[in-house]
Amino acid sequence: MNQRSIIIVLSVIFPLLTFAQERDSVIPTHEHSLCALDENTPTFDYIDTVSTISEVSVYGQRRDEIVPSQRLSGKRLESLSSFSVADAMRYFSGVQIKDYGGVGGLKTIDVRSMGTNHMGVFYDGIQLGNAQNGLVDLGRFSLDNIEEIALYNGQKAQIFQPARDFGTSGSVYIRTRRPKFEGDKNFNLRTTLRGGSFDLINPSIVWEQRWNNRVTSSVSADFTDASGKYKFRYRRLLPSGEVAWDTTAVRQNGDIQSYRVEATIFGNTSDGTWNAKAYYYDSERGIPGAIVNNVWKHAQRQWDKNFFLQGYWSKYVSEKYRFQVSGKFALDRMRYLNPDSALMYQDNRFNQKELYLSTAHYYEILPNWQVNISADYQYNTLDASLANFPYPQRHTLLTALATQYEYNRLRVMASLLGTHVWDRTTMGISVDKLNKTTSRWTPAIYFSYKPFADSDDISLRAFYKSIFRLPTFNDLYYTEVGNSNLKPENTHQWDLGLIYAHDWYSGLLRHLELKADGYFNLVDNKIVAIPKGSGQYRWKMMNVGKVHIAGFEATAEAALRLHRDWYLLMCLNYTYQSATDHTDPTDNDPYYGTYGKQIAYVPWHSGSVAANLNWKDFGVNYSFIYVGERYHTSANIRENYEQPWYTHDISATYSLRYRGCKITLGLECNNMFNQQYDVIQNYPMPGRNWRGTLKLEF
Amino acid sequence: MFQRKTYFPFLLACTFVLLLGSCRQDIVIWPSEQDWVGEVMDDTPIRGFYLLNEGTYPTNNSSLDFYDYTSATYTHNIYSATNPSAVMGLGDIGNSLKIHGSRLWAVINGSNKVEVMEANSARRIGQVDIANPRHICFHQGYAYVTSFAGPMVSELLYEQLGLVVKIDTATLEKVDTCIVGYQPEGLDIVGDRIYVANSGGYLYPNYDNTISVISLESFREEKRISVAPNLKQVVADASGKLWVSSLGNYFDQSSALFCISDIDDTPVIQSIQLNQAQSLPVYAMTLVGDSLYVLSNDFSYVTEAHPHTYAIVNTRTASVASSHFIVDGTHQDIIAPYAVAVHPTTRDIIIADARNYMGPGTLFYYSPEGILKWKVRTGDIPGHVAFLSR
Repeated sequence: MNQRSIIIVLSVIFPLLTFAQERDSVIPTHEHSLCALDENTPTFDYIDTVSTISEVSVYGQRRDEIVPSQRLSGKRLESLSSFSVADAMRYFSGVQIKDYGGVGGLKTIDVRSMGTNHMGVFYDGIQLGNAQNGLVDLGRFSLDNIEEIALYNGQKAQIFQPARDFGTSGSVYIRTRRPKFEGDKNFNLRTTLRGGSFDLINPSIVWEQRWNNRVTSSVSADFTDASGKYKFRYRRLLPSGEVAWDTTAVRQNGDIQSYRVEATIFGNTSDGTWNAKAYYYDSERGIPGAIVNNVWKHAQRQWDKNFFLQGYWSKYVSEKYRFQVSGKFALDRMRYLNPDSALMYQDNRFNQKELYLSTAHYYEILPNWQVNISADYQYNTLDASLANFPYPQRHTLLTALATQYEYNRLRVMASLLGTHVWDRTTMGISVDKLNKTTSRWTPAIYFSYKPFADSDDISLRAFYKSIFRLPTFNDLYYTEVGNSNLKPENTHQWDLGLIYAHDWYSGLLRHLELKADGYFNLVDNKIVAIPKGSGQYRWKMMNVGKVHIAGFEATAEAALRLHRDWYLLMCLNYTYQSATDHTDPTDNDPYYGTYGKQIAYVPWHSGSVAANLNWKDFGVNYSFIYVGERYHTSANIRENYEQPWYTHDISATYSLRYRGCKITLGLECNNMFNQQYDVIQNYPMPGRNWRGTLKLEF
Repeated sequence: MFQRKTYFPFLLACTFVLLLGSCRQDIVIWPSEQDWVGEVMDDTPIRGFYLLNEGTYPTNNSSLDFYDYTSATYTHNIYSATNPSAVMGLGDIGNSLKIHGSRLWAVINGSNKVEVMEANSARRIGQVDIANPRHICFHQGYAYVTSFAGPMVSELLYEQLGLVVKIDTATLEKVDTCIVGYQPEGLDIVGDRIYVANSGGYLYPNYDNTISVISLESFREEKRISVAPNLKQVVADASGKLWVSSLGNYFDQSSALFCISDIDDTPVIQSIQLNQAQSLPVYAMTLVGDSLYVLSNDFSYVTEAHPHTYAIVNTRTASVASSHFIVDGTHQDIIAPYAVAVHPTTRDIIIADARNYMGPGTLFYYSPEGILKWKVRTGDIPGHVAFLSR
């Protein structure tokens, strides 16, 4: 294989990841399902966080939500021994994390096997864009100032939102902590220090201030430094059981230094809310690379600088009409350096700009019938120091029409999204079209039905959504590999689900929620790198892939009061997926053909268990993640088999008060049985590792 | 509706379902799989052939297969079964395979090494560490390996010269290096000179277009011969002519085959025509006697297609003797022809099909007349064949 194509594959996979951006959706509905386990609030009512100081929130969805969703918030989120948003998202069903290992390693998610690029990640309500490669590295979002992570299949379960929120196959909403003040307090100061394995040091600080009844602010900063070094062990046995070889090495070049500063102002007016945020992230990291024979370390480096400003304003004009306006400006810089003269020397710089404006208008025609119209404009550019780079610009106009209707026990939500895209480029050798337009209309429809008139406990739901993703700038224009003739990649999703939920106000069991969803997804015109014959750059992006995904997800959650102050929360997730490659019907050899075979890295079975035991100021958490057997290509043969992996994590926390200061101590042991595993072949994951936390809240 | 007392059993049951899922096991190096294909052929001086599968980057799955004519058995992945204690196996991206004397040499590009084995058994003897090695040839007691990892000329323009590394085949020591052009690929020897094809693959779209001429005696570059952009393979025929392939630029310049005669004096470069309108496209080629077997699967940005060509060039007349050496229509089953090899005595033809370049390939075995005799599954991206004499 040619060296250059290797480099290109590497370059496309690794260095081009980008960035982080944001906003807050202040939607005046009761977004978070919380169940309080405090003696002062002895019921398991769903109540708002603002009034609950020592809340323990159960993750799961609001039960009347018609879009399947999963969420993690509050203590539940804190208790999961997660360092980043990506770690926490492993507990969601239907989610596969692509984790290249270590603190600084790339972590992206794939929901229901439609592909990483189909996920929209929204930070405080505004999507984090990456027009360059469509990937958002969730490993970069520390959980320190995160209040809630919610995952929606399809789109968020509301109609009053920007058009862009209707535009992805699945959505992750990351919401940062909104300032909350106990009693007359006008400020909160929270400092956290974490440290542990991989030489990790991670101090952070959050300062929240109430300026008056209407305006609050939050400033947070954190710094991460880690060598990223850990021992890993690879070994092989002979069929007889004898050890063929057994080697232990230290993962190299996985270091990271990063800092993040973020400031947000939140305001309330008599008839609405507003907020504004500034965000800056700066990092330098090593790219640890794949471990292969005779190559145990790599030298590639990556620098990222991400900056954005975003704002949001909503106003209730009347009981029937309200609107919102939001906007964002983002600058992202990335430098990728391959100093290794054994490989191709590369020093590439990429600059992206994004401008985004949105407005949404909501009108209640009847008490049970609402409509919303949204319009968004977005402008993206990418500059790169690459040969023959065509400096693409993209204008996107999105319009969405959505409606919600309720009739007896049936609720229906329908939306239609219009996407109009103009791509412009300067000339390059591989770019034969300077201007290109794409226009599409895509629908989504959601139903929810409560079959019993006398009980809200059980509801049924179903949805269909058709959407697509645009080819990224890399897909279109990356030197030699890109293909400017690409069409969008489409997805169609069908889902049918059942939810049962009930709360009790006495006894052992206080809350129970059971959910099951069956789904079928179709991905076509999938953009994949296919060989263009011989040569230096062997790969070329083409619209050829086709995937059928049939899946089943089940979730059970229970909250128990074991005895007086003893509380137990348990959550269980199970996912079955058959994600089969339907690209090439002629590639149907029963043994090594790819047609009808499971696609790369999707396990048939996966699941998680999380339990959280609380007694007064002590908490103990246990979690278990299981990812079943997989293959690393669609040729499901012995050579491509990947072993299942599963990790057990355990952690304990203790809180005490000292002179008005709340001190929390935490200790985590992750992968406690020291399993040596790869999520991605030849990217060894850490074995047993430790982390300590000291948190002071004033 | 659930009764409250049933939850615990339910949760427990769910837990067990999860735990009963299959558990992780140690990864075992399995014995080689074998296929019985073809017919026993005992009456030739050739015992069999090795096939080096390149594997896909960076999955470390380059593998070696062996076909034994004397028993008509095809053995998959013989390296790891023969050398189970080799840590991380054969390596990442096998790029060249040759037999010299009693030894089998495999250039493993992604693992920055040349693996040296016993030709009879594929048993490992040792390795030579060379960064980014590409191709290999031999002359008397030395092996010559091209490598991309020469000195940087300009970091700004990503200009990095390549090397030829001289290895003592007895000691496996590197004894000398010679700087050549940009990203050197194939090489061959005529008389007392080495001819190296410089591709300039890192310099897209301004490829290198030269052949470096190295004196065997001084092991220094003497001169360059300009041929065409993006050179790939160099093959010397019995009369001392050089056959050089250029891969073109995949855009407006297609791949082409050149014959260079009078290389010592004033080289005469002749392009080989497929017909009057079109030059002969080439990706891989192999020489047996006076016949140069050429295959191509050029991608063209202009037509976005991969037309395949299977041609034989008569090296005496420098003309195309056959423009389609597969005669039974089975060329339609070949998705991505990637390598060609010809049995030195029977002239049986091997075509390696890399299929989708992401999984196992197929080896098609033809009679000299171009009729399919058998085919067999290979490893990922079958790329290089070496025949083993008895």
